[in-house]
Amino acid sequence: MESIIRIQGLTKHFNHFKAVSDLSFTVEKGDVYGFLGQNGAGKSTTIRMLLSLITPTAGSIEMFGLPLATHRREILRNVGAVIERPDLYKYLSAYENIHLFAAMSGIEVKRNHLMEQLAQVGLAERAHSKVRTYSQGMKQRLGLAIALVHDPQLIVLDEPTNGLDPQGIADIRNLILMLSRQMNKTVFVSSHLLSEIEQIANRMLIIDQGKKLVEGTVQNLFRTDDMILHLQTTNNLLAAELLQKSSYAKQLQEWDAHGMLLRLSKQEVPQLVAWLVQQQIEVMSVEPRFTLEDYFLKITTANQHVESFTH
Amino acid sequence: MWSLLRIELYKIFKRPRTYISFAAIWAIVSLIQLAIYVDGQRYMEFFMKDLAASFEIQGNMLNGYFVCFIILQTLLIHVPLLIALVAADMIAGEANMGTLRLLITKPVSRTKLMISKFLASAVYAVLLLVWMAILSLFLSMVIFGTDGMMNAKSYEIIILEKDDIFWRYALAFAYAAVALITVASLGFLLSVFAENAIGPIVATMSVIIVFTILSTMDIPLFQQVKHYFFTTHMIGWKGFFDVKVDADGNAIVGSIANLPAVLRSAGVLLAHTFLFTGAAILIFRKKDILS
Repeated sequence: MESIIRIQGLTKHFNHFKAVSDLSFTVEKGDVYGFLGQNGAGKSTTIRMLLSLITPTAGSIEMFGLPLATHRREILRNVGAVIERPDLYKYLSAYENIHLFAAMSGIEVKRNHLMEQLAQVGLAERAHSKVRTYSQGMKQRLGLAIALVHDPQLIVLDEPTNGLDPQGIADIRNLILMLSRQMNKTVFVSSHLLSEIEQIANRMLIIDQGKKLVEGTVQNLFRTDDMILHLQTTNNLLAAELLQKSSYAKQLQEWDAHGMLLRLSKQEVPQLVAWLVQQQIEVMSVEPRFTLEDYFLKITTANQHVESFTH
Repeated sequence: MWSLLRIELYKIFKRPRTYISFAAIWAIVSLIQLAIYVDGQRYMEFFMKDLAASFEIQGNMLNGYFVCFIILQTLLIHVPLLIALVAADMIAGEANMGTLRLLITKPVSRTKLMISKFLASAVYAVLLLVWMAILSLFLSMVIFGTDGMMNAKSYEIIILEKDDIFWRYALAFAYAAVALITVASLGFLLSVFAENAIGPIVATMSVIIVFTILSTMDIPLFQQVKHYFFTTHMIGWKGFFDVKVDADGNAIVGSIANLPAVLRSAGVLLAHTFLFTGAAILIFRKKDILS
């Protein structure tokens, strides 16, 4: 597999503050790579180092097999980026903005091509309106069109759904999936929302306080052999009492009149339901409570119990 | 580089605020011309009342060349503010808008980006000066006509001949362009340190005002160092109107009294321009873009 990004021991200090510490990871060609962390975890600093906005204190960045420090321009020709807010020239139209950045990307600027890019993100009809009249979602889509105008192999998106409404979030998600699946682009996308990454990424890395916590495929990180299930029955207190006396006692975490929480694997669920029915307890619902979001919070928040009984 | 320069110029001249400077110069020059047109004769009589007792002054002394000289004396002190409005905005303004980070992610070297931005602000300064020349010189020539021009000093009055003036204005405007580009380079340098254009604009004007005050104070320390201030040399354009005189006290056509001093002043301005711009580029190349 061809590596698109290879980071080794990346470190950035701002005076005495360590924004990123000894970070290493690899993004392969075709990945939708989720880069996760809470606000202030070091995601944006890392992305800015990837895009040569910030010089690392230590470590190395290789992209497309070339060191960024010495091949910046060659590398950036193959990179499109939207960094945090899609800030653009508000006094120019969308067409003028994309024209200007396309020219800076070193491609031959053709009107048809630019209009196609704007059409791809649904902005063709407003191409000649000033950007100051655009909504946040439209600016975000224009930012994406600008990132894609020079047909880069790698697309770097820093919190691309920030400030968007649900429809805008869905549009961006679909666009990322389209870029990956239909256009075979490599996408590096950061977010502090695991639910977003969960739906689009095949691999991800979780960072906290500038350090890597975990890295791997989404399937591996979200294993189903250790789930928290919320169980509701026709008689929850009786069910809990029976469970305490059974072999499930250790798995029972919390309970009250509204339901109970159990820690067990996905494969054990049918047996549990059958056992409860045997005990004359009817099962109303079984819902997983251990989501990726819980996992994310669990490993990024020290001493926080995420297996709380929530509704 | 040409492509980058065109992009920067496009951005400058697409901004409505760019034209405030052009409108401001038009308004000020027009007001001065109107005032001189309405009341200029009385001003000239007051100005020449002592001379009239001893000399017979012939011709139209209140002509376009003289009016242009008055306008330049008045305006060239204030134009740096208009230059700073754009030059100090070149980096800080982009940082404030958030577009700087997008620019830096494009495959363009930071040095070339900075040079193109500086050249764009220099072009703006020159165009502003051309606009000023059109209004203050050419329009004044149309309104007030042309004739010889008086150059009054504290100890002498020299009359420049009508045909010996226009080329002096051409050089004076060229010199003023160098001075304004120096101001642009200072604003440009200060712009690198800020993420909002107001700071560098105010700082640029503060530097000009403070250095101008220091160089005019009759204190030995300041008098010794004032030759190193670029502000001292910004009024060097007047040197083109100082002419050599012959034994009879007549101006020698085509002469400049102290050309080496004028060239030295221009050299000081150019040295400051290279210093400020070079420092801006070096600092920006190493700068972390956090905006």
